[in-house]
Amino acid sequence: MASLALPTRKDEAYRYADLAALAPLWPLAVQEIRVAAGATDALAITARSDAAEARELLITLEDGASFDLRVLNAGHAYGRIAVTAVLGRGASFHFGAAQLGGGTQTLEIVTEVRHLQPDAVSRQVVRSVLGGQATGTYLGKVHVARGAIGTDGEQSIRAMLLNRTATANARPELEIYADDVKCAHGCAVGELDPQGLFYLQSRGLPPAEAKKLMLHAFIAEAFVGAPDSEALTEAALAGLENLL
Amino acid sequence: MLTIDNLSATVADKPILKGLSLNINAGEIHAIMGPNGAGKSTLGYTLGGRPGYEVTGGSVDFDGQDLLALEPHERAATGLFLGFQYPVEIPGVSNLQFLREALNAQRKVHGEEPLSGAAFIKLAKEQAGLLRFDMDMLKRPVNVGFSGGEKKRAEMVQMGILAPKLAILDETDSGLDIDALRICGEGINAIMRGPDKAVLLITHYQRLLDYVKPDFVHVLAGGRIVKSGGAELALQLEEHGYEAVAA
Ligand SMILES: Nc1ncnc2c1ncn2[C@@H]1O[C@H](COP(=O)(O)OP(=O)(O)OP(=O)(O)O)[C@@H](O)[C@H]1O
Ligand SMILES: [Mg+2]
Repeated sequence: MASLALPTRKDEAYRYADLAALAPLWPLAVQEIRVAAGATDALAITARSDAAEARELLITLEDGASFDLRVLNAGHAYGRIAVTAVLGRGASFHFGAAQLGGGTQTLEIVTEVRHLQPDAVSRQVVRSVLGGQATGTYLGKVHVARGAIGTDGEQSIRAMLLNRTATANARPELEIYADDVKCAHGCAVGELDPQGLFYLQSRGLPPAEAKKLMLHAFIAEAFVGAPDSEALTEAALAGLENLL
Repeated sequence: MLTIDNLSATVADKPILKGLSLNINAGEIHAIMGPNGAGKSTLGYTLGGRPGYEVTGGSVDFDGQDLLALEPHERAATGLFLGFQYPVEIPGVSNLQFLREALNAQRKVHGEEPLSGAAFIKLAKEQAGLLRFDMDMLKRPVNVGFSGGEKKRAEMVQMGILAPKLAILDETDSGLDIDALRICGEGINAIMRGPDKAVLLITHYQRLLDYVKPDFVHVLAGGRIVKSGGAELALQLEEHGYEAVAA
């Protein structure tokens, strides 16, 4: 959590951070969210401003609580979102995030999901689209405490590079101290399928439109099932315009 | 309509087309046959402008325009349609959305208003109906999870919606069952027969040509057209093989 001293690159969670951009924002106020036992809640965060933004969230899910968190990290400067979720027995945490960056921007999403009790479920889907010399990072730890049997945790992390000069860092991490848990992560960094692009163009779509269509589909994966998935995807599309 | 003059092209620095010439007039149906690896798909891709297919010589005139100077999407807007031997799957992008945007992009080039959602759905229903293709499948992502034959039929629906002047159809018949072959054959006739349209069919077998009767049949071997004739040439080829007929 936030301490008073500005972190350094030696802090794992800040390894790829833009520390110069972070300094004026420091120390960060932690936004705390508590979801009562059995309750359901949701939050969508859209970062689309011209100024640097850094957010820190601490979400506590009591037994049987559900929380749906969606993030669009698509501002025009440094953008960092760090989320710690602490899951009670049978809790369910769904996290979907898209980040879109260009220029020399640094964007990062840092998560730590703590399965402290049995039978909680966590789902994380992160989609990054990076152009120019942008850097997009996902650092995500899933921690399963001793005794948190029946844990079900999944991380699906994908990044699409629009240029060879863009950088994606993706590090899903599992820290498991319990038996009988189901944890999976998938992680891929790639480029738009040139065959798909040619196929769309061969039907009359200009290259930028063809790319937009494919990226739209890619980003939408982060917002599937969200209460306001349409609005989020639309906002993401508007952000894409600047990248193509 | 299409004049290919002495066209040479390489793929990955390997010469594939080696001085190919072919003339297609409006109202004509041409068929190209030829051994595996002869360069038939390469011809289609080169005419479509696929990246990686490098023209090293010759020219292609399409309706008075230098086709090779155009980007792939501009070639489409000029009225060229390429039916793929292996249609590409595009996850997450629905057929209807993609086709509406593609059609409207083409209309824009011609200074036409975009088609409204309702007008587009009506058009898509008509064309899907012509090919007996399930509208629900058009709501699904492009070619994803389609069987080989369904992909080919979906491409014919695309062709119906986009209404090109010239269709180059690369082994549209492969993968089609007996009924689908007839339906696609009739679809090609319905969509592409006309005094201001033309078709270039790439095929290995007579079966599609039974439905879409060609005016000319060409043999492509070693990167050029080595023999041309009428519809009877396909029958001779089927009976005697390339070595005997086109040697
Ligand atoms: N990317 C590539 N790199 C190297 N060689 C290639 C590449 N693509 C095609 N070729 C070669 O070009 C030649 C022509 O291929 P093409 O696909 O045009 O043949 P075709 O006449 O369509 O054959 P088929 O009847 O089997 O479909 C083949 O020898 C093929 O191996
Ligand atoms: Mg071929």
